[in-house]
Amino acid sequence: MAAPRASLRLVAPVWNRGTSGIRGLSKAVDPEGSQRKGRTLLQFLTDHFYDVEAVREYLLRKQVLKVQKKNRSFTYIEERYGPYVAGAYFVLKQGGAVKFRDREWMRANEQGLSSLEFRKLQEVPVEAVDASGCAINYQGLDNLLALKELQSLSLQRCPHVDDWCLGRLYHLADSLQELSLAGCPRISERGLACLHHLQNLRRLDISDLPAVSNPGLTQILVEEMLPHCEVLGADWAQGLKVGPEEQSPDAAGSPIPA
Amino acid sequence: MLRRALRLRLGQCLSGRGLGTYRGGSTLDCDGKVSKIKKKIQSIFPGRAWSPLYDTSHLPPERSDVVIVGGGVLGLSVAYWLKRLEKQQGAIQVLVVERDHTYARASTVLSVGGIRQQFSLPENVQLSLFSAEFLRNINEYLAVVDDPPLDLQFNPSGYLLLASEEGAAIMERNVKIQRPTHSSRQEGAKVCLMSPEQLQKKFPWINTEGVALASYGLENEGWFDPWCLLQGLRRKLQSMGVLFCQGEVTRFISSSSHMETASGEQVTLKRIHEVHVKMDHSQEFQPVECALVVNAAGAWSGQIAELAGIGTGPPGTMQGTKLPVEPRKRYVYLWHCPQGPGLEAPLVADPSGAYFRREGLGNNYLGSCSPTEEEEPDPGNLEVDYDFFQEKVWPRLAQRVPAFETLKVRSAWAGYYDYNTFDQNGVVGPHPLVINMYFATGFSGHGLQQAPAVGRAVAEMMLEGHFQTINLSPFLFGRFYFGEKAQEHCIL
Repeated sequence: MAAPRASLRLVAPVWNRGTSGIRGLSKAVDPEGSQRKGRTLLQFLTDHFYDVEAVREYLLRKQVLKVQKKNRSFTYIEERYGPYVAGAYFVLKQGGAVKFRDREWMRANEQGLSSLEFRKLQEVPVEAVDASGCAINYQGLDNLLALKELQSLSLQRCPHVDDWCLGRLYHLADSLQELSLAGCPRISERGLACLHHLQNLRRLDISDLPAVSNPGLTQILVEEMLPHCEVLGADWAQGLKVGPEEQSPDAAGSPIPA
Repeated sequence: MLRRALRLRLGQCLSGRGLGTYRGGSTLDCDGKVSKIKKKIQSIFPGRAWSPLYDTSHLPPERSDVVIVGGGVLGLSVAYWLKRLEKQQGAIQVLVVERDHTYARASTVLSVGGIRQQFSLPENVQLSLFSAEFLRNINEYLAVVDDPPLDLQFNPSGYLLLASEEGAAIMERNVKIQRPTHSSRQEGAKVCLMSPEQLQKKFPWINTEGVALASYGLENEGWFDPWCLLQGLRRKLQSMGVLFCQGEVTRFISSSSHMETASGEQVTLKRIHEVHVKMDHSQEFQPVECALVVNAAGAWSGQIAELAGIGTGPPGTMQGTKLPVEPRKRYVYLWHCPQGPGLEAPLVADPSGAYFRREGLGNNYLGSCSPTEEEEPDPGNLEVDYDFFQEKVWPRLAQRVPAFETLKVRSAWAGYYDYNTFDQNGVVGPHPLVINMYFATGFSGHGLQQAPAVGRAVAEMMLEGHFQTINLSPFLFGRFYFGEKAQEHCIL
């Protein structure tokens, strides 16, 4: 909240470091952090040597680029075979499963994705997508949002799906009936607030969202927001503490160790 | 007994590693003395601040390539993009001078924190779009090794702007500007126009009387936590080697050169050479030699501009054109309403100027209204006027959302807008006469949401000499002299 804060823990003001040496000892960014016990050797080296810091930044950057590469859009396939096939190809490449209308669930097999089937499926809309555990992010969602007749979408345990992605799901408002967001680590109640566009939703699974601060209250509010939808999620009593219970006679009688 | 006491004291002394002096048990506070001597010796090592006469660790360095006056989100954003766009790592030394390190009166942290693309100028739309993209990928832009990722607490709930009959035509025109056109390659904002019937169906708690049209931002709009953005920027800047200093800029030492334009007019160009930074609660100051100065002082930018001699001259000339940015006080009220709008409520802005948004999950709401020119409160202090809520804000809100007739104000605060009295839009770019002062201020209430993009634009201007990604020429200083207003109509 943006109220004036009196006693928040501020990052301590950092004066100039006297960088007169060739290798100015760059203290840890969080000055309290460097005094924490148990900093690993790698963190110690990163604090004191620019080279180690640069290598670690490069590795971090490479990880981010890997996810971005997975989420690139396949414009050639979209132009050639249409949006349904492009979306299906995207999901299958990520490791998910796709169900076209009147067909069975398809998953990418060991031989890879053959293009022969796709020629037959150009006009067949995709009805269900199971992208559990896939590394889909905001950019990759473009491919899914083009599937205008999607009825069921499962984004369980996707590590990069966050509140911004949920803000885009309104594109599927006409057709989406089932949505599962269980286990996504980055989704919070703020993202769930923009699901009110999905008025055709009948089943919503919001269980096991670690970033939601108050699961019971959130479930009630989401149920109020989507009156025709069955919301699976936390039990409303989950956040409540159990009151002080009476002492059982066995506990009182147990001997206290000397 | 004595032997044991001696051993204990020796043990304490030796726990100060490396420089443990065997002072034995002769002095009782050998611990304190050892640590003082240790500090003195360590300060002589390279990489520490060593000055033989007295402690200068609180002073800024004696020279710095760029001095940014103001450590709010705009100043830090300019510093970030300068370090990011520099050609060689470590090429540019940047110093950020902030008067108050607690940010008690800074506009950034007192802001409601909204971000929207629903503006009437295409440049503003582009700025907000890029800033939304920056905030969305903030953990890629501001990643620091070993530090936890930032959680901006972004609510993607969107903005709902309501227009009456008179404003409906303007709103439609604005939405055309915001949406992408077929010819332009730029991304546009996703905004949908709603009639009163559609509005009533979607948000049944709104009273649509008097509303002719509504524009609802669907993507990349909402609100977030500005404090988190500020801390994230600070953390990243510290890791990139930007220096921070707490002090107040009291003087600019500059030199002038008299030149003649092609048409024979005399013109005096000024160049700032030194910035005097005065320390808090003392007369001590440090002259910092600099090449470029950025004025990102927010509500106090006008004073900084006066220090640099901007506006001292006969009125009607470029020398006499002041920077028309002044502090304006705005209130924000937090109230609780048990029957209020639910989770889906966007930030609703009434045609009368009142606005509100949901805060948290407990039926709390934040909101306010911009006062008219006649009702402007005195910006001398940040005291809150609750009568303003009673008389101006509450009736308008209750008329728009009937559930707000029963509400209870929980708290309120006040903050400054760096209000541009000329056209309520930002000032960016260099001053035509004081050639090495750059502005990044005057955004009149939408500075926070445009800060990342404005920072990039100013950094491009400083490093390349022209805008590269978003062309902000309508926001240059010269427009105050030439009278070309870049008026923004959607101001909250």
